[in-house]
Amino acid sequence: MSTHHDNLPATAEPAEDRFTNPGFPPHTPRRSDVDERAARRASVQVVTLFTISALASIAFLVAYYAIDPELKGSIIGIGEVNLFHVVLGLTMGLSLLGIGLGAVHWAKTLMPDEESVEERHTMASAQEDRDAVGRQLSHGWRSTHLNRRSALLGSAGGALGLFALPLVVPVLAGLGPRPRGELYTTNWEAGKRLMIDPSGAPIRAADVTQGSVFHVMPDGFVGAAAHELDPQDMMTSKAKDQVILVKLDPAKIKSQKQRDWGYDGIVAYSKVCTHVGCPVALYEQQTHHLLCPCHQSTFDMTDDCKVIFGPAKRPLPQLPITVDDEGYIVAVDGFREPIGPSFWERKRPGILMEDEG
Amino acid sequence: MSSPAALRRSPLALLVVLFLGLCFTGTAYAALQPSAAPGTSAATMSAEDVAAGKKLFLGNCATCHGTNGEGVDPIGPSLVGAGAAAVDFQVSTGRMPLPAPGVQADRNASQVKFSEEEISQLAAYVDSLGPGPDVPAAEYTDLQGADIAAGGAAYRTNCAMCHNSSGTGGALTRGKYAPTLMGVEPQHIYEAMLTGPQSMPVFNDNNLTPQDKENIIAFLKNMEEGGNSYGGAGIGSYGPAGDALFVWTLGIGTLIALAVWIGRKAA
Repeated sequence: MSTHHDNLPATAEPAEDRFTNPGFPPHTPRRSDVDERAARRASVQVVTLFTISALASIAFLVAYYAIDPELKGSIIGIGEVNLFHVVLGLTMGLSLLGIGLGAVHWAKTLMPDEESVEERHTMASAQEDRDAVGRQLSHGWRSTHLNRRSALLGSAGGALGLFALPLVVPVLAGLGPRPRGELYTTNWEAGKRLMIDPSGAPIRAADVTQGSVFHVMPDGFVGAAAHELDPQDMMTSKAKDQVILVKLDPAKIKSQKQRDWGYDGIVAYSKVCTHVGCPVALYEQQTHHLLCPCHQSTFDMTDDCKVIFGPAKRPLPQLPITVDDEGYIVAVDGFREPIGPSFWERKRPGILMEDEG
Repeated sequence: MSSPAALRRSPLALLVVLFLGLCFTGTAYAALQPSAAPGTSAATMSAEDVAAGKKLFLGNCATCHGTNGEGVDPIGPSLVGAGAAAVDFQVSTGRMPLPAPGVQADRNASQVKFSEEEISQLAAYVDSLGPGPDVPAAEYTDLQGADIAAGGAAYRTNCAMCHNSSGTGGALTRGKYAPTLMGVEPQHIYEAMLTGPQSMPVFNDNNLTPQDKENIIAFLKNMEEGGNSYGGAGIGSYGPAGDALFVWTLGIGTLIALAVWIGRKAA
């Protein structure tokens, strides 16, 4: 019999009774089942819980009208709070909790406690019922003429399918205007001064000492000038024009392009993270790491802001800068690539730019 | 006896650790950047103060910063040009002398090793090594006439990303962190902005004017007094993560306890 010496798993011997049915554990009556005093005590407890709930509901209503909504009070361990809200919350919570605890306690101590068995029956209906349903469905299908006139089915399907469009289109269209060229451009352009955010003061190259960091916005979009703008333009500018300006030791900069686009070690980078667009602004002046607070993407400022940690995939775009006649830092040009998170058409501006009209 | 684990438990190990600690004290100390503003404390302090400061310096700082404050690579940076503000900040907040090497020197107000006079002597000595930012004038730290709203705007642009919108601090990379600003002396906040200790960048007077700095401090003091509190437990003002942790632990814990109670058979 033991001629097979392969590595196949052993086939289990069909076992009739692999487990003996242990049956029910012996029924132990509860204290309230055998002791009338315990049962009475349980019923008093349930009544008490329901009464607490009822009183809390009444207290809620009283508090709603009696307490001044502005009334402040101090609670130990929490501090100053609005008493109106605290009392409403406590009373309503107590009211619900009383009902819940009362119902559970009632079910556990007073309602019947016998274990019972519900036998399973076969899921399928009787064969004759199933045949009858099949005959009805088949008759119904034939009486619609759908089996002979297929145009009926096509047109009905078309009508129902198209009906979804009036529901879906307004939702999609209501998401706002489709993003177009503004994804590729910012308000930075040649000769635009870099201004300190939020004061709006221009920055002299000589004032940027090593180790310092300046949070920068373009001239005309920060300080007093920003309040003249349309609020939407101001917020859009705040979202995409934000720039971080630092001065590094030129000898520490590893990228020639970064050195060329900066001025004497002063470099400016977009502050919008290339991952999902949070402001990357945690600059560590000793390591020159730039950390994004949202998902911990870390950029190396000495190496053209390459990603050294985290989910971001592209380096931060650099803003080319120089100094104007008066010694203030200005942009040489706008950003040479779209700032911020990636999007599908990022490398093909034509797709969105052409239909800007 | 010769296994590393056994050696680690030997009483000699404590001495070795202490020795190493002394050798590397100052590893995490920041490279302090000179500012354009020349110090003035050397002018107001006498030559005796500078001499007394030098004595203190040689006794307490020279191991890591060099006998002339020139720095010892890589354990302690040069203090030439660090200025009186940096000395006052580092020493009167208990960060220096560094008790143990680590990623960052911690504020330790109960471990200030020197009296105010000794700190000003030390500052006078370091200031005499090279001009650096001076301890701020009292008019910028008394918060008289400061604009809290403007301070809040400047704080949110320049500070909030590291120190949290309510000034309670936050994490940086590799174990470093931005400390809480609650309960910090106005003068020390000012000096930190001026000198940029450790990972913190410098905010010189051309970036944030002395008035801007005073506004920021006034905003922080306003936060400290509950200016941003709308009632209820702040739970440290750490933001949504702390709140969620608290509510989940407490709420889910209560729900589990209730579920266990409901599922149990009555006695």
